[in-house]
Amino acid sequence: MTRERDDLLPRLLGPAAAEVSCDECFDRLDAYVEAELRTGDAAMPALTAHLRGCPACAEDHASLLALVRSEG
Amino acid sequence: MSPVRSTAAHDAGLPAALRGDGPGHESAVRELHALLLKAARFELGRRSAQLAHVRGDELDDLALQAADDAFVAVLAKLDDFRGDSRFSTWAYKFALYEAAVRVRRRAWQHREVLIDNERWLAVVDAAATDPQRRLDEAELLRAIRAGIERLTPHQRDTLVALTLQGVPIDVLAERRGTTRGALYKTLHDARRRLRSELAADGYGPLP
Repeated sequence: MTRERDDLLPRLLGPAAAEVSCDECFDRLDAYVEAELRTGDAAMPALTAHLRGCPACAEDHASLLALVRSEG
Repeated sequence: MSPVRSTAAHDAGLPAALRGDGPGHESAVRELHALLLKAARFELGRRSAQLAHVRGDELDDLALQAADDAFVAVLAKLDDFRGDSRFSTWAYKFALYEAAVRVRRRAWQHREVLIDNERWLAVVDAAATDPQRRLDEAELLRAIRAGIERLTPHQRDTLVALTLQGVPIDVLAERRGTTRGALYKTLHDARRRLRSELAADGYGPLP
C-alpha cells in the first residue's frame, strides 16, 4: 500500500482531538517550539492536534524548529 | 546591513529599541531586518527543490520581499510580543511564514486550480476497494465517501482540494480571495461533520 493511501484516512478526517485555529497556531508557535526544544514536549495538545491536521502550519512549525535548533 | 548578533543579545534589548525613538532605534531596525532576511533565506533554502527553476537573483528578490513584508508585520504586532519565547524566535516565524507562502504560490503560479470532485473522489473509491486494505478501513472509507456527498458544495470542494488534490491552502486562499484561517475553518467544519455522522452511524473509535 502506498504512503498516500496509508495517510488517506487522517488526511480526510483530520485530528480527533480538539485543535486551535491557524491564527492561534501562529500566535503560539514560537513558545511551542521553544518548549519542545527545552523539554521534548510542548504540552499544548490542541496545537499539536492542529499541526497534524494542517500541512501548511506543520511546515511552518518544522521550519521554525529547524531554524531555532540550528542556532543551538 | 548590520550583521546578525547572537539571539541572546537580540532578546535583551531589541524589542525595546524598536519601540523607542532613541539613538538605538535605527540600529535595531537594521538588526530586525537582518534577522528576518536570514530566516527568509533559511526557508527558501529548505524549499530549494520546489524552486529549482527559479534563478538566483529571483531567489534573492523572493527572500527580500518576504523579509520586507515580515518586517512590516513584526512592527505592527510588536505590542503582542509577550516574551513567551526569545524575541528572535517570535520574529523568525513571520519571515518563515512569508517565505513559505511565496514558495507555495510561486510553485502554482502557472497552474489553474480546477476542483474536479469526481476525479479526486475516485481516489477514495480506489482505496476502499484496494484488496490490501483492511475490511473495516474499506467500510469506513465507503462511509466517508458517502458523507462527503452530503457536505455543502463549499465544504466538499475545500475538502477535496486540500486533502485529495493537494492544493496548498495558501494557494487556494489566494485564488478564492480568502485567508488560510478561513479556509481551514471550512475544512475543520467538514471534518467535524464527517466525524459526527460516522460516530452516529456506529463507526468508532475513529483514527
